Amino acid sequence: MVQALNLALREEMDRDRDVVVLGEDVGKDGGVFRVTDGLFDRFGPERVIDTPLAEIGIVGAAIGMAAYGLKPVVEIQFMGFIYSAVDQLFSHAARIRARSRGRFTSSLVIRTPYGGGVKALEHHSESTEALFCHMPGVKVVVPASPRLAKGLLLSAIRDPDPVVFLEPTRLYRLIKEDVPEIDYTTPLGKARVVQEGKDVTVIAWGSMLQRTMKAVEGFNAEVIDLMTLCPFDEETVLQSAKKTGRVVIVHEAVATCGLGAELSATIAEHAMLHLKAPIVRVTSYDVVLPLPKLEDHYLPSIERIRRGIETVLQY
Amino acid sequence: MNAGGEDGILIEGRRGTGMPEKILESFQVKRLDILDDKGNVDVSLAPALTDDELKRIYETLVLARTFDQRALNLQREGRLGTYPSIRGQEASQVGSALAADKPDWLFTSFRESGVYVAMGYPLDQIFQYWAGDERGMKIPGNLNIFPLSIPVGTQIAHAVGAAMAAKYRKDRAGVLVYFGDGGSSRGDFHEGLNMAGVFKAPVVFLCQNNQWAISVPRERQTAAQTIAQKAVGYGFEGIQVDGNDVFAVYKATKDALRKAKEGKGPTLIECFTYRIADHTTSDDASRYRPKEELELWKARDPILRLRLFMEKKGLWTEAYQKEVDARSKAAIDEAQKKADAAAPPDPRDMFTYTYSSLSQRQTREIKDF
Repeated sequence: MVQALNLALREEMDRDRDVVVLGEDVGKDGGVFRVTDGLFDRFGPERVIDTPLAEIGIVGAAIGMAAYGLKPVVEIQFMGFIYSAVDQLFSHAARIRARSRGRFTSSLVIRTPYGGGVKALEHHSESTEALFCHMPGVKVVVPASPRLAKGLLLSAIRDPDPVVFLEPTRLYRLIKEDVPEIDYTTPLGKARVVQEGKDVTVIAWGSMLQRTMKAVEGFNAEVIDLMTLCPFDEETVLQSAKKTGRVVIVHEAVATCGLGAELSATIAEHAMLHLKAPIVRVTSYDVVLPLPKLEDHYLPSIERIRRGIETVLQY
Repeated sequence: MNAGGEDGILIEGRRGTGMPEKILESFQVKRLDILDDKGNVDVSLAPALTDDELKRIYETLVLARTFDQRALNLQREGRLGTYPSIRGQEASQVGSALAADKPDWLFTSFRESGVYVAMGYPLDQIFQYWAGDERGMKIPGNLNIFPLSIPVGTQIAHAVGAAMAAKYRKDRAGVLVYFGDGGSSRGDFHEGLNMAGVFKAPVVFLCQNNQWAISVPRERQTAAQTIAQKAVGYGFEGIQVDGNDVFAVYKATKDALRKAKEGKGPTLIECFTYRIADHTTSDDASRYRPKEELELWKARDPILRLRLFMEKKGLWTEAYQKEVDARSKAAIDEAQKKADAAAPPDPRDMFTYTYSSLSQRQTREIKDF
């Protein structure tokens, strides 16, 4: 996935001089995960900008750049370090189109590695995507494979709205897949039916999709990769829920106010009479994210996802 | 550790070997005054302004104050929402905004009606905005102003980004960003100024130190003697100017913008001024502010001193003042009438301007609307 993201950035920067990359260690070092590797040499320090260690400044500056007409792609080194910049994102990037009645937009992307499963230090495994989904004006996108990573990132850069682009850290080097060196995009706001099935709908995204695919083996399950978490593709979700009548939602964020709650409510509001079983959420627990020794106990496992599926199938 | 001290341990060879502390950097803080309370000018410093330019500055100051007063009146009548008065800060706002050239970009806080007036922003739109209608912040295409920012100091980083973008595009444009003494305490100030210094961004930071952040006095914002000196820590120049002296503000801003556009980096200008009015129409400054202080600053009125100067030059007469007042009033009457006559906003605009296109949910919501 790292190479796919790198390819997307390189191609888009070749095509569009307005695209600039900024963040901590994105230049010579190529980013701590090497997503921006080689871009500094190719495009120079004016387009691949090593910034001071200043998340408010980075996101704030990106808003100003976007107002001026550039298309900044920000890297926040880990999702756990994004919070100081949330004020800039929520108070300005999300609202500038409304505030100026369309004169200005914040056409920018904030890329950040997110999620657990890589045995990292505290603050390096956050999965707080729902916070960002709660703010109208912001789009939230999560790729689950290298090919999708490229297509979604290109869409995100070209999108006129601010996009929080969450890169599942665990998938950075896990999945090998050929990524076409052509210009293709994966549309935002659309979910993807990964596999069709009849008995149960399982909704997941990011690194949980990969676990879900293993968990559904042996079941006649329809699997949906949400891809864009906000605004999410209600049609695809509801269509599948109505078809199978049983829904399991899997995410590595905690249950309380997680995106699963929103998905469940939407399904309950619009497809209740089609349901044969209560909706089940398989999530991390409502606890402070543990350090690596306990991480495997915290994240939804294949086994827990299977149990969730079995629960809804009992009805 | 107190190596070598009276009671400390003497490290072999340290005593008297010539390793004294060195001074790596020392700094001075400049203060610029050109026009005093009595209308006297230091001609060696005064910016070269024609009589017409002087009149334009004066008339803009009067227009800004008249607008501000009308806004306060309308708020009392319940026709505007909460409004932050600029009274006392007209010279800081008008003097700096008039120093900007057409391609320059301005980023403002919420207490900047004078900047908008000076930039030629449609007055009816300013009324519209403070009456609670977003259409008032639909910046006309010919003006490079970013919509005002209510969260204190957050606009500082935007200005730095815009300046970096102007530099990247090799445009001869500078960026001017407004904030207050309260804003200088925020992390946004630090991160913004720090980045600007590192990237030599063509930006001018204009701090209107009006001595009060709602009820908290300037000495509670920083232990530093001036706000101007904070620039030193970011590797560029800072200057304090008399913020009620329109010539000093104009000159400092003009010089700083020129320097920025010549690639010589940012400047921090501290306009030393005073908030004559309450923080906003929802505030009562008499709860926390000494009356004597207010009286002292009222005597330093920025418009009066320019008037005195112009009178000495034979540019100001009672008749001229009447004419200026009448023109200001007429422009504001017309703007108010236009704002009043505007059709109510379309509720669908809430949806139209959140994302570039409607989401599935919004489409459903708008159908049931």
